[in-house]
Amino acid sequence: MARIDTDSSSTQVQEEYSESAERTKPGSVLLRELVAHLRDNRTQLREEWARRITEARLLTAMTKEEVFAEATSVYNNYVEALETGTFEALQAYARNLSERIIPRGVETHEVVGIVLLLRDVLARSLFAKYQTDFTKLNRILDAYEPAANRIANTVAVGFVQERERIIREQQEAIRELSTPVLQVRERLLILPIIGVIDAQRARQLTEQLLRGIRTNRAKVVVIDITGVAAMDATVANHLVQTVEASRLLGATVIVTGLSPEIAQTIVNIGVDLGKMNTVGDLQGGIEQAERLLGYKAVPLAEAS
Amino acid sequence: MEVPILKQGDVLIATVQAALTDADLLHFRTSLIQQVVRCRSRGVIVDVTSLDVMDSFASRTLREIAQMIRLRGAETVIVGIQPEVAFTMVQLGLKLEDVATALDLEEGLAHLQQRSASTA
Repeated sequence: MARIDTDSSSTQVQEEYSESAERTKPGSVLLRELVAHLRDNRTQLREEWARRITEARLLTAMTKEEVFAEATSVYNNYVEALETGTFEALQAYARNLSERIIPRGVETHEVVGIVLLLRDVLARSLFAKYQTDFTKLNRILDAYEPAANRIANTVAVGFVQERERIIREQQEAIRELSTPVLQVRERLLILPIIGVIDAQRARQLTEQLLRGIRTNRAKVVVIDITGVAAMDATVANHLVQTVEASRLLGATVIVTGLSPEIAQTIVNIGVDLGKMNTVGDLQGGIEQAERLLGYKAVPLAEAS
Repeated sequence: MEVPILKQGDVLIATVQAALTDADLLHFRTSLIQQVVRCRSRGVIVDVTSLDVMDSFASRTLREIAQMIRLRGAETVIVGIQPEVAFTMVQLGLKLEDVATALDLEEGLAHLQQRSASTA
């Protein structure tokens, strides 16, 4: 604070400040005054804030009561963070809040929006309180602004991190679920693929299949791509390479359920179809695999 | 490094135990082709289980070996290609076209038996 002050009230503040300077951080007296002001007027300020949230059509996924309840705790946490200058509690609260509201479809812009609204509401009340004393207002804002910015930052980052964590977890879950290698008969594996295949998933798929061939000593593999609507040239090429690599391990691959789009892609990238063993549907693929393995499925009556 | 070539019935089994230099590979090729006829073998198994890399020269040589042995009246099966090696080979375009491959020695022998049963 390198401002020259002749004003009496601020001189007094300066003195108090120098007394307590050893124990507390700069601006702490101002902050204390600020916090007291926010505490005294909390009901009115909270209502004002909740009204502005509704006006701005934020948090529409939540009921009015919920918004007010959350607003109360956010407000308290906000004032506490201002007072103590520590953000751990607020951070934990932001994470907790995000955990609860993300599944309800609350967007990043809404969370950032309400925190900035609160910042605005509080700043306005400070303007109203100190409008007669411009110098003091300046100094109060000097104390308030950095802390408020940090709070907004903490909450927004907490929300985004929580979102990213959820996305990562879901990606992980999808990855694990998405490529089962199943043994349906001695030496016969099936690999049903559902959904979109990107380069990473394709690579993982290949890895799992080749490892599966080795551990299950498979001779025939049926890759069923009925559940894949389309794939780009890179992934189609990868699929063809997987088929060839499987052959090097001594396994025959039968691809079933090629959609018209994928068939076009494969023809467009100029794959030699002689090397690809394709059958229309999964049933046909398994039947052909059984033939290759020397099995024959017959009705019990006929067999006996 | 010498590659041991073992005779087991009418099959020759050659196990590549470590990465071979180009000279070793050529030497291996020569001795394998000589022994096929000397031992009157009907089949040859080349086991590459312990190789964790396969360069273009090695895979081209393996392919040549298979073709030459066919001309000498026997069949070749390459066995034990590691999954990672297999995929790398395919990516490099080394696909060992028209060479028989099998998972391991046992599978390779089964493959040869099947072939000789169907031709006999």
